[in-house]
Amino acid sequence: MLEALAFYIFAAVTLVSAIGVVASRNIVRSAVCLLGTLGGVACLYFLLNANLLAAIQLIVYAGGTLILIVFGVMLTSKSPWVVFDPTRGQVVGAVIVSILLATGLCMLLVGNEWPAGTAMTASPHVKDVGTMLLTDYLVPFEAASVLLLVVMIGAAYLARPEK
Amino acid sequence: MSQLSLPWVAKDPAVYQTYRRTAIRNLLAGGIVHVVLALGIFGFFDLGSTAKVTNLKIAISIIGFLAPLAVGLALIAGGLGVLFYKQIGNTLKYGYTAASVFFGGVIGVCLLVWLHSLVFTLSKDMLASPQNGAEVVSLAIFDASLTAREIADYLSANLPRLSNPIVAYVLWPLQFELLRDLLAVGGIVGFVSVIPVFGIWWERKIAGRMQSRLGPMRVGGWHGWAQSPADGVKLLFKEDMIPPDADQALFKLAPYLTFVPPICAMIALPFAGAWVFRDLDVALLFILAMLGIEVVGVILAGWASNNKWSVYGAMREACQMVSYEIPMGMSLLIPVMTAGTLQLTAIADQQGGGFHTWFIFKNIWCFIAFFSYYIASLASCKRAPFDLPESESELVAGFHTEYSGFRWSLFFFGEYVAMFVVSGIAVILFLGGWKSPFPPGFALKTNGTWYVDFVVHVLNGVLFKEGPILFVLKSAFLYYVQLWIRWTLPRIRIDQVLYACVQVLLPLTMVILLGNTLWILGIEHMKIEWLGTIDSLIHKVLVLIGAVLVIGMIWIGYNGYSNRRKLVGSLVIDHLPGS
Repeated sequence: MLEALAFYIFAAVTLVSAIGVVASRNIVRSAVCLLGTLGGVACLYFLLNANLLAAIQLIVYAGGTLILIVFGVMLTSKSPWVVFDPTRGQVVGAVIVSILLATGLCMLLVGNEWPAGTAMTASPHVKDVGTMLLTDYLVPFEAASVLLLVVMIGAAYLARPEK
Repeated sequence: MSQLSLPWVAKDPAVYQTYRRTAIRNLLAGGIVHVVLALGIFGFFDLGSTAKVTNLKIAISIIGFLAPLAVGLALIAGGLGVLFYKQIGNTLKYGYTAASVFFGGVIGVCLLVWLHSLVFTLSKDMLASPQNGAEVVSLAIFDASLTAREIADYLSANLPRLSNPIVAYVLWPLQFELLRDLLAVGGIVGFVSVIPVFGIWWERKIAGRMQSRLGPMRVGGWHGWAQSPADGVKLLFKEDMIPPDADQALFKLAPYLTFVPPICAMIALPFAGAWVFRDLDVALLFILAMLGIEVVGVILAGWASNNKWSVYGAMREACQMVSYEIPMGMSLLIPVMTAGTLQLTAIADQQGGGFHTWFIFKNIWCFIAFFSYYIASLASCKRAPFDLPESESELVAGFHTEYSGFRWSLFFFGEYVAMFVVSGIAVILFLGGWKSPFPPGFALKTNGTWYVDFVVHVLNGVLFKEGPILFVLKSAFLYYVQLWIRWTLPRIRIDQVLYACVQVLLPLTMVILLGNTLWILGIEHMKIEWLGTIDSLIHKVLVLIGAVLVIGMIWIGYNGYSNRRKLVGSLVIDHLPGS
């Protein structure tokens, strides 16, 4: 009973702040709403006994990415309040893409049989996750790290001083 | 009017005397009635017999016996307090008595908390004992898996001295997870409120002594010990101003985003083996995540204030935190690799064999990692020499320039709690956590007499074996070092901060990470003999260095204490030796 209650609370927090991310015109407020979404999803992971995933979610997204977004806004913005002001073409494009995405997701939701999962009683051991990452899933893991390395080199190239 | 007028204090002294006499009479009479009632119920329902312990009797004993007894004793104490209030007031006027009452109270509360943890451990043991089928306690709220009968049986079988049924009645409610959680949350909130109050007073005293002055001396009598509570009350009454051009919603949200995450970190921070709210298997990651979220609050505070000094502070905080999180996490990886787990209780359990088994002395990599972690943690708590987000001499007050009153104090609550949390992580990962520095053979032995046993258990639990008091003392030492550094070192510039991180600390932690990996590979997996010999040699040298450091610290402390009133300078009368 308590777990169901907690689930509905966290799900509500996630959804409401997700709507806030999209609806807010001020980019910093959007970022703060994103904190609510990411935190709510992390809480859902905690409810599902996926402690490692929840902690990583908080560190990487809430503690890292979000700060970088706000930092980037502060460094680049000219006026104190950055406001989204999309052109008509951007609005039309966004509407088309959103409708396509929504239709696809709805078709996926309705047209499939969803298997009921079994609840985990204990959190999977961190050691097992590490072992799997470095044995069974080594190629995707390394591909992701190469991608990050490329991004980092690109960022360093863009940011280097002009000679 | 020179005095506050209180509604229950009559203006006329004679009327006031009758008030007082009535109060004393009513309090004492009410107290005696309650105690007599409690004793009567105790006799009537035969609560003292071991034979008939039922769940109904639990309700009777808690509502009918323990509650009236507690109320009665409290009323009698109140009556005696009113009766002797003049004498009590006269005694407390002398600073030393007030301070000893205060510290006696603190020590008493610590002992009570320790006793409480013993009871929790006992009820856990009971649930896991073979006669209960080693069942794990269920999480449902109103599901008691043990009856009072079973508890009484367990007590008479294992702890005959405690086999009074009243003990069973007191223990019975403690098996509910919800009750334990509520008590633990109460404990965390209490501790979190005490840390900043004590820490700020301590910081001001230390700052005073380091600058050849006294610090707060007046409020409360003994060395101004009540200065922080008085400041807290003052802050509550101050006007809470929000600049009209600020982003109102974010301005209000930011202090809570700074204040709540460090408290959440306390959820996973163990004070001792059984003294942890949730013993997460990823406790370390969780605490790091919470410390990372705290930064969001600081950045938002600076941004939402719409003030250039605040935005400068927030930007400095952002770039400082984003860079220092990396060396901090990488130096924490070294003890984690050595221990092979992220669970803080399990890491501390591996360091229980005396101070030479602490991870800081394990090998040269851990030794360096401790210092690089400590430096990075100073930056993550924005303490000097890394207090650039706040730097009061350049940015007014940095990110909290526009804040006042209670919102302002929330930032300081967050900062001081975070300081304790990072010290606590350092203690658990490197300095043996709640384990005593003495080897296990040092623990006192019991000899069978119950009062000797009791004293032995108390001393072992507090000093010679393990215990939260050891953890708090060790963390308080690292906390003290943070204050010491703040009042000793000058603040460095932002480019120096980033240089120190990216070009010094980061390569250093990378080297020690690689070194530790190869070390573990060579010694534990490939079993290279000569590497093992070098390792044990380095271990001995490090232990020796540690012992020398501790003795030097004690000697410096003693020297400072014995010369505490002697100052430096041309005007002082009592000179420091050698000046």
